[in-house]
Parts: sequence; structure tokens; C-alpha cells
Amino acid sequence: MAKVIIPTPLRKFTHNQGTINTDGGTIKENIVSLAEQFPDLKKHIFDENGDIRKFIRIYLGDEDINVLDKENTKVLPDSVVSIIPAIAGGKN
Amino acid sequence: MTRHAEETFPDECVGFFYGKEGNDREIIVSREVSNSKDGDKRRRFEVDPFDYLQAEKFAEKNGLTLLGIYHSHPNHPAKPSEHDLKQAVPFFSYIIISVMEGTTDKITSWQLNIDTNEFEEEEININELDKV
Repeated sequence: MAKVIIPTPLRKFTHNQGTINTDGGTIKENIVSLAEQFPDLKKHIFDENGDIRKFIRIYLGDEDINVLDKENTKVLPDSVVSIIPAIAGGKN
Repeated sequence: MTRHAEETFPDECVGFFYGKEGNDREIIVSREVSNSKDGDKRRRFEVDPFDYLQAEKFAEKNGLTLLGIYHSHPNHPAKPSEHDLKQAVPFFSYIIISVMEGTTDKITSWQLNIDTNEFEEEEININELDKV
């Protein structure tokens, strides 16, 4: 079991809960576990192919999983996983 | 926020603001964040994911809600662009500060309607903002 930190913009899909306990031995398994608990969250995290959206970044502790083993990164029972929405924009 | 926007001109600035969520949103504090966009910062902004993580931690530590993001439009109207819309996330208020030749011209705020996927303008009542 790990803890997943839900970013503020997505908390309306987790009944305003900021931290959710999830199951699984990898990042992917824990994120799937999260989506199973909160189906409304699914489309905001996964694309139509079931992959994590490119606008979503996942951190394990303070490290981007892209510099670890990506979705296959191992998750321990005391791990803290953060979902981070990409923040960007500009005038044109 | 406006001071940050003017100091950063002609580049775009970006920052977070925090406060209380109720019938109205009350902003209590704003915090600057680095524009991590590679390339032309005069028309684009980006927040490093690590900085976003710190912003969420700041909110939790201080018992505040991360209400949204502000950014500037240098020499451009305070209206969200297609690029702003494409990158918008639910819930957040998006404050846009139009800075004309280094001076704040107009401030607007917008929120994404997730049903229509369009921005809706929010009313702003300005008092005095703290800054840490």
C-alpha cells in the first residue's frame, strides 16, 4: 500500500480527499488502483489507450518517475506518490 | 502579482496564489515561481513539476487551498489564449495580467468549465495582497 497525493485541481473527483491509499507494487499498479476507487478521475489521468496522459507527471517522493523506471518504478508500502498536472500557457 | 508581472516584462511571469475556498474565493497570499519554459518566455510560461509539488506542500503546510495560477500577457490583452485553454486544468482560477510597455493595464480571472471546455470569466474584487 502506498499513499497517492492528489493535486488540488483533481480533488473534486476524489470527494475532496487529498491523500488516497492505493495498492500495487509499481507506479502503474497504484495509479490503476486509484482510478478504480474513483472512476471519475480516470479520464483525467489516463488517455484513451490507457497510458498516463502526457500532461500528467508522476513523482515518487521528490523524484520524477521519468528519471527512475517510469511506470514500472517500484513502490514500497511507505512510498508517497504525487500526481502533478503540467502547468503551462502563454499569450499566443 | 502586478509587481511581479511588471518586473518580468517583456517576459511572461507565473506564480501561484493561495487562500480560502467558499462561495467566493479569497486570495490570502501569492508566491512567485520561476518560468521554466525553454525558449521564448515573452509568449510562453511553464512551471517545473518540482515547483508545482512545492506549491501543493506550501498550501498543505499553511492550511490554505491552492486556488490557482497567475501569469502575465506582455503587450497583449488579458484574455486567455488557445494555448492557455489547451493547458488549463479544472478548479483553478487563472488570473491574467496584461502588461503594456511595462505597466499593468488590466487584470482578469478565468476558470475552466469542464463540461464545455471553455473558460468562464470570474469577477475580481481587489483589496491588498500579501506576498511572502
